[in-house]
Amino acid sequence: MLDRVEPQIQSDAMQQAPDIAVSFRNVEFSIDGKRLLHKLNCEIGKAGKTVIMGPNGAGKSIFLRMIAGLLKPESGEIFIPPNDSEQQRSADISIVFQNPVLLRRSVSANIAYVLKQQGHSKKTIARLVSEALVQAKLEDRAQMPARQLSGGEQQRLAMARALVMGSSILLLDEATANLDPASTFIVEEMVDVASRAGTKIIFITHDVRQAKRVGDDILFLHKGRILAHKPKDAFFKEPGSEEAQAYLDGRVIE
Amino acid sequence: MEEIGNAFLIAFDLLRSRDAALMEIVQLSLWVSIIAVAISCIIGFFIGAALSVYRFPGRKVIVVVINALMGLPPVVLGLIVYLLLSRSGPLGVLGLLYTPTAMIIAQILLITPLVSALCLQVLEEFNREYDEFFRSLRLTSLAKIKTLLWEARFGLLTVGLAGFGRAISEVGAVMIVGGNINHATRIMTTAIALETSKGTLALALALGIILIIFSIAVNAAVMALRSSSKVQVHA
Repeated sequence: MLDRVEPQIQSDAMQQAPDIAVSFRNVEFSIDGKRLLHKLNCEIGKAGKTVIMGPNGAGKSIFLRMIAGLLKPESGEIFIPPNDSEQQRSADISIVFQNPVLLRRSVSANIAYVLKQQGHSKKTIARLVSEALVQAKLEDRAQMPARQLSGGEQQRLAMARALVMGSSILLLDEATANLDPASTFIVEEMVDVASRAGTKIIFITHDVRQAKRVGDDILFLHKGRILAHKPKDAFFKEPGSEEAQAYLDGRVIE
Repeated sequence: MEEIGNAFLIAFDLLRSRDAALMEIVQLSLWVSIIAVAISCIIGFFIGAALSVYRFPGRKVIVVVINALMGLPPVVLGLIVYLLLSRSGPLGVLGLLYTPTAMIIAQILLITPLVSALCLQVLEEFNREYDEFFRSLRLTSLAKIKTLLWEARFGLLTVGLAGFGRAISEVGAVMIVGGNINHATRIMTTAIALETSKGTLALALALGIILIIFSIAVNAAVMALRSSSKVQVHA
């Protein structure tokens, strides 16, 4: 098991580009000798919501886990600017997985857990938990065992727990893939609120309509390579590659 | 055959009348086993949790040793504890041989590997499930251990009950280090062995029945725990 890898924080280049949330420089990654990411170079801006798209096996989840520090690049560097808030947080990047990982505790205790790890006082925890429950529309489920919630409610809880940490970057790995439209709507609403509050959102989705609805810029990955990274409108007007066009058309990509 | 039938009748009579000698033996058995299991759980849970979280050279060797110790014959362990606690042994000065404390020590050494191994098995499953979540929070190893122990609390209770089942039915080691002294170190299993060899089958049977009841009770408790609503909702 790997410990969380500390992404390299700040560089001269980053100081010169304060609007960058994440920067990949020649990042490569392999498993068992199979190259899964090929010399990735990209810069993801601090503002807005970046959608990562691409077919299965494109390397999207690996890309996201590298930003989260859960995987270490084989070569190259990932730069993440420092947290400029006054309070040093234990985790400046939060991640929500496709299958929510919930503790065997009540709904409110799940949210309180991450706040406790950050060292907040009991009073602050109670206040933040209450606010998070309202935002996730789970206030009437506060004392329920978290794992008894429906799939949509569980994901909303995972979202609330990630957001309550106050991280500057929130990563979502197909977080709405298994949700019904109502829960998807609530999650998107939460994403929107967080984005407006200044949280950088980077999320993976296969849902083209969702990408159009939520994203500000699209990063398209195919076979471990970035084929496009454009503002949303530009990407959907001109995907820039046959592979991206085929993906959007729902055709099989070779 | 008639003798056995009579023994059963006398055994039930002893149980019904809560015979003082019988109750004394049962109480000491429970006392020794509960203390031993409690201490074994503290040590075993710590070992199991540490092995599930920390990765270090030699970890696999330790796991193999713990698994091997689970199969250690109790009489051999009893002999080792006897040598340690005997007058000429390194701990002889403590004067613990033939005391309930010696029996507790022997049971702790016997049960701790079992508790550690089962705890490791339970926690590794939880650690796999929570690994990325923990790392995304940058938890310290100590915080991971604390969280895992709490998350696996129902599974660990089952581990504790398994340890108790092993302890209460143990005879070889406690016989050697306890000496089976009447009113001092006589417990159910050693008393059964003694009374059977003496031909006093009634007391032996009564104790046997109680042991079986304990065994059934422990298994029933494990099953009840697994199917309890509280466990189910946190599954």
